[in-house]
Amino acid sequence: MSKEKFITLKTTAVPLPVENIDTDQIIPARFLKATTREGFGENLFRDWRYDSESNPNPEFVLNNTAYKGKILVAGKNFGCGSSREHAAWALYDYGFRVVISSFFADIFKNNALNNALLPLQVSDTFLSKVFKTIEENSSAEIEVNLESQSVTLPDGASEKFEINPYKKACLMNGYDDIDYLLSLRDEIKEFDLTHA
Amino acid sequence: MSNSKTLFDKIWDAHVVKQKEGYPDVLFIDRHFIHEVTSPQAFDGLRKRNIPVFNPKRTTATADHNVPTKDQHLPIREALSRHQVETLRKNCAEFGVELYDLGHPFQGIVHIIGPELGLTLPGMTIVCGDSHTSTHGAFGNIAFGIGTSEVEQVLATQCVLQHKPKTMRIEVNGKLEKGVVAKDIILYIISKISASGATGYFVEYAGSAIESLSMEARMTICNMSIEMGARGGLIAPDETTFNYIRGRKFAPQGEAFEKLVETWKQLKTDEGAVYDNVLIYNAADIAPMITYGTNPGMGIRITDRIPTAEELKEINEKASFTKSLEYMGLEPGSSLLGKPIDYVFIGSCTNARIEDLRLVASVVKGKKKSPDVEVWVVPGSKQVEEQARKEGLDKIFEEAGFELRSPGCSACLGMNEDKIPAGKYCISTSNRNFEGRQGPKSRTFLASPLSAAAAAITGRVTDVREFN
Ligand code: SF4
Repeated sequence: MSKEKFITLKTTAVPLPVENIDTDQIIPARFLKATTREGFGENLFRDWRYDSESNPNPEFVLNNTAYKGKILVAGKNFGCGSSREHAAWALYDYGFRVVISSFFADIFKNNALNNALLPLQVSDTFLSKVFKTIEENSSAEIEVNLESQSVTLPDGASEKFEINPYKKACLMNGYDDIDYLLSLRDEIKEFDLTHA
Repeated sequence: MSNSKTLFDKIWDAHVVKQKEGYPDVLFIDRHFIHEVTSPQAFDGLRKRNIPVFNPKRTTATADHNVPTKDQHLPIREALSRHQVETLRKNCAEFGVELYDLGHPFQGIVHIIGPELGLTLPGMTIVCGDSHTSTHGAFGNIAFGIGTSEVEQVLATQCVLQHKPKTMRIEVNGKLEKGVVAKDIILYIISKISASGATGYFVEYAGSAIESLSMEARMTICNMSIEMGARGGLIAPDETTFNYIRGRKFAPQGEAFEKLVETWKQLKTDEGAVYDNVLIYNAADIAPMITYGTNPGMGIRITDRIPTAEELKEINEKASFTKSLEYMGLEPGSSLLGKPIDYVFIGSCTNARIEDLRLVASVVKGKKKSPDVEVWVVPGSKQVEEQARKEGLDKIFEEAGFELRSPGCSACLGMNEDKIPAGKYCISTSNRNFEGRQGPKSRTFLASPLSAAAAAITGRVTDVREFN
């Protein structure tokens, strides 16, 4: 089924310099009760964003009006823990299209890519530079170019990132994996019969 | 070049339907488990595309994450939870998938029922929309967690698109000290390699300490592979494995089974096969373990002190470390021994099998819990619950003042009403100590069933080796 196509993006970014952000923080389990994919953005980072009485926590970056944009910048090992795809849905639903980090957990990476959310892995040094840039100027715009696989800061500093060519094509054209797998139905049928 | 292959490579290669340059492998899935939380959107996807489940016989469903652990015979009180379980029911009926619903004698935590029903077998590929699918790897198969889009792929085509991960061998050799169990081994390994140390890898566990473990203990080890970032973990099948499976409900029976055993005996890593990484540990270095922080890599021997920020190897971990200890209300450099606790949770797909309950009973028999703690024992499945009652463990728990509940994920993730209150300390046999995992602002110490049982009696973090 077709998804939104992704080619380039130039936007401000939201910094969250915490390491090992697990999917329980991105979307706590008690908000996983919906049976559709929409609406999870409301509870993105719920327990960091709101206190127990649902008042916004003024210290949390999503409640700081200085920071907006479609890019989330986070510390190493982003998305570890539970396989809940709701984490990717929540980030996307909130409005993020890219997460920049120096390391992503495996399952999260797949889930993000399956939902038109780009997990963009940069080096530790480049990540520090991104954080510094946004901290110094919250309206700094970061440019992500999927075609050339590069991310560029306002001062021209740029880094290339890796992405599997198949996933890149999926994102750029808005395909998904099932379209491809369904085209192999006959081969799979045969395999199914021979694997009791 | 040698043709030697690792066990992982053998199973993977035998399941690749198609390999294409620049594309991920098309991997055939033998067994698919689903539950109420990560499947509804996948079934919706099938409806939107107007396609059936490819082969419903390969999928088994149960309700576990979101179910109450009290009064399971009554309708679920919480509307959203009820709706989710009802949706699973409707989807399974519509698409012809076998469901072990609440009240069914086979219901339970998805990773506990697969093995106990003989659905989990050596040499298979197994997936589930749940990261602890790695549990099944204890039987010598490739089992890993997937997201909901991938659940939809499997329902639609019985395949997932996957890049082949790298392989890591983790050997633990020697004999475990008394009071040290499988949970301590895996918490020890994770504390050594960190919560992300095995990301991108599939782990094979080996060595004499691993081989000497029962199947249930092996499941505890494989279960927490994801906690170091690995996609999964597996252990080569042996007589222990075959004996466990023999006679189980859905396992092949009689001669067919014995024939399979002969092929399963080939499921081992060839001599000379190369792993991308090899780590070797000594069982004698492992003591009862406990976590002090908010990721499972933050673990220490129960007798050690919590490190200080200065002692950390990686400078840029310091901020997260400090934040974590603040959350836990703990001082860097302090010891956890003797720390008062409020709750004890014995449950989860890590440690809620019958052997775990037996371990707990062995510690608490004839004793009473501390009046300052609340203790929940949540068996992993209906069958575990039945067995516990048959063995009289329920009586031991009752006398100790423990509450024996009905099966489900419960306080492992606090999705139902079983939540640890804000600020309270819980010593838990589950697998994750993330912020708020067991309830908003709850504080979790991960430990073994033995350590949890000892703490339930003393009301404090206790070294079970000193306890009698
Ligand atoms: S017991 Fe906990 S870790 Fe295991 S499947 Fe349930 S929620 Fe996940």
